[in-house]
Amino acid sequence: MTILNHELRQGRTSFWIWTGVIGVMLSVCVFLYTEVRGEMDAVTDLFSSFGSFTAAFGMDRLNFGTLEGFYAIECGSMLGLGGAFYAAICAVSMLSKEEMNKTADFLLSHPISRRRILLEKLLAILVQISLLNLIVLAMSVVSILMIGEEIPWTELLLLHLAYYLLQLEIAGICFGISAFVKRGSVGIGLGIAVFFYFTNLISNLTESARFLKYFTPFSYCEGADIIADKTLNLGRIAIGAAACLAGILAACLWYDRKDLT
Amino acid sequence: MDAIQTEKLTKSYGTARGIVDLNLSVQEGEFFGFIGPNGAGKSTTIRTLLGLIYPTSGRAFVFGMDVVREKENILRRVGYLPSEAFFYPKLRVRDVLQFSANLRKSDCSAEAKKLCERLQLDPEKKIDELSFGNRKKTAIVCALQSKPDLLILDEPTGGLDPLMQRAFFEILQERNRDGATIFFSSHILSEVQRNCTRAAVIRQGSIIACDRVEAFANAGAKRVTIRGHVDLSKLHGIKDLREGDGAVSFLYSGAAMQLLLQCLSAGQVTDLTVSEPDLEEVFLHFYEEEENA
Repeated sequence: MTILNHELRQGRTSFWIWTGVIGVMLSVCVFLYTEVRGEMDAVTDLFSSFGSFTAAFGMDRLNFGTLEGFYAIECGSMLGLGGAFYAAICAVSMLSKEEMNKTADFLLSHPISRRRILLEKLLAILVQISLLNLIVLAMSVVSILMIGEEIPWTELLLLHLAYYLLQLEIAGICFGISAFVKRGSVGIGLGIAVFFYFTNLISNLTESARFLKYFTPFSYCEGADIIADKTLNLGRIAIGAAACLAGILAACLWYDRKDLT
Repeated sequence: MDAIQTEKLTKSYGTARGIVDLNLSVQEGEFFGFIGPNGAGKSTTIRTLLGLIYPTSGRAFVFGMDVVREKENILRRVGYLPSEAFFYPKLRVRDVLQFSANLRKSDCSAEAKKLCERLQLDPEKKIDELSFGNRKKTAIVCALQSKPDLLILDEPTGGLDPLMQRAFFEILQERNRDGATIFFSSHILSEVQRNCTRAAVIRQGSIIACDRVEAFANAGAKRVTIRGHVDLSKLHGIKDLREGDGAVSFLYSGAAMQLLLQCLSAGQVTDLTVSEPDLEEVFLHFYEEEENA
């Protein structure tokens, strides 16, 4: 597990920055809930008057007055986008950085197979994303306890699980891309995360764009659906899992036969 | 057994040539030089042997193992020094050496310590603080610390000062005496002549000569540049004579250096430069002509 340890060490600073920022922002939002709780009826009325944009963010179906409703919207912004960006950056540069920084010669002239390198790098991504989500969840739970609210375990865990799966899906796709590109990989990764995010917003706007929900992992992270149904949309998650595995498979097939120049 | 053997090894990059039908054989225990100008295909050959790139056609073997199918087993016995070494900038030298040893699943700390002392390399320095020469030294220790059976060195002396070059070649000679095979590429003829038993010359992707180093010695010409008045008409072995700007310059075969000195002392020389010609000149004017003769 030499490469796994090496990658965890290399990615340490980035990991703590992203984990800290996402965790602290989520906690701040939880603390804000106590401040704005009393005015939530007015806020909900205000947001419900934005027409299509209210629907785009799922605010027409969520009640801001409850912690779950408030948390689902805030969680969507902080953990959704933040986690997606981190997963994309972490995975899309995992293979390409060796060629971009010209360290591929050093790494690959050691007696270790390319499959093994892929496996350990993939594990490094999985460990980092899993740890980030566990720490952020723990910070959220502690924050909710600190404001004296009861923890809505089912909704909270389902929301966090959905975002964890979203991050894994984006990471799998970006890992595949990482095997093909040398430069500009971070831009591509961030672009993919943003593309998925806006695809979901568009799919909420009109009925004719509803089919786009099958092409974005943000669709199975809709707080409104998760809180209402108290379950995850397994069909969409299965599509996401297939996309994730396709990315990993593409990386395996291509990287194994790739000329490192 | 051959340490390295290639059979019609070809590598193309799209339409660009890399190496073409390259046949090469290096025996175990040899100190083998691989000479050629920049872009001749030296690095392409080396990278194919290491499995960093895949051959377009032909085959290559290291210690009898196929470079495509048995890459890991080959790399267990090979130390590689790239022409330009790059490492992870946040790490210290000792971390890089440890990482390399861990990837080989071996404890190389004692050997790494010895090599760092001999090459005057501070293992506590951070990689991004290292000069080009010190990065090269780090790469040398990485390549040598596991005491591999075959050392593949791609233009190893670039960035090293003359004293370090000497220390480096002393280490290589020791390793060679202990049984290691050394395969090193260079475009500096003199360093190949001083150290190698056999050498091959590559040009435009093909081997144009492979012989014992003494055989190349006849081609060991010097570029002589003279200012003043000297009668060169009786001097044999002059090639590529160029005159102009008050100076005369020519390639002179090293076989009869005494005649050159006599000729110069008979004339009036105000300035004299004797330098190593580049390989391209040597092989253009000596080796190839002899081949054609």
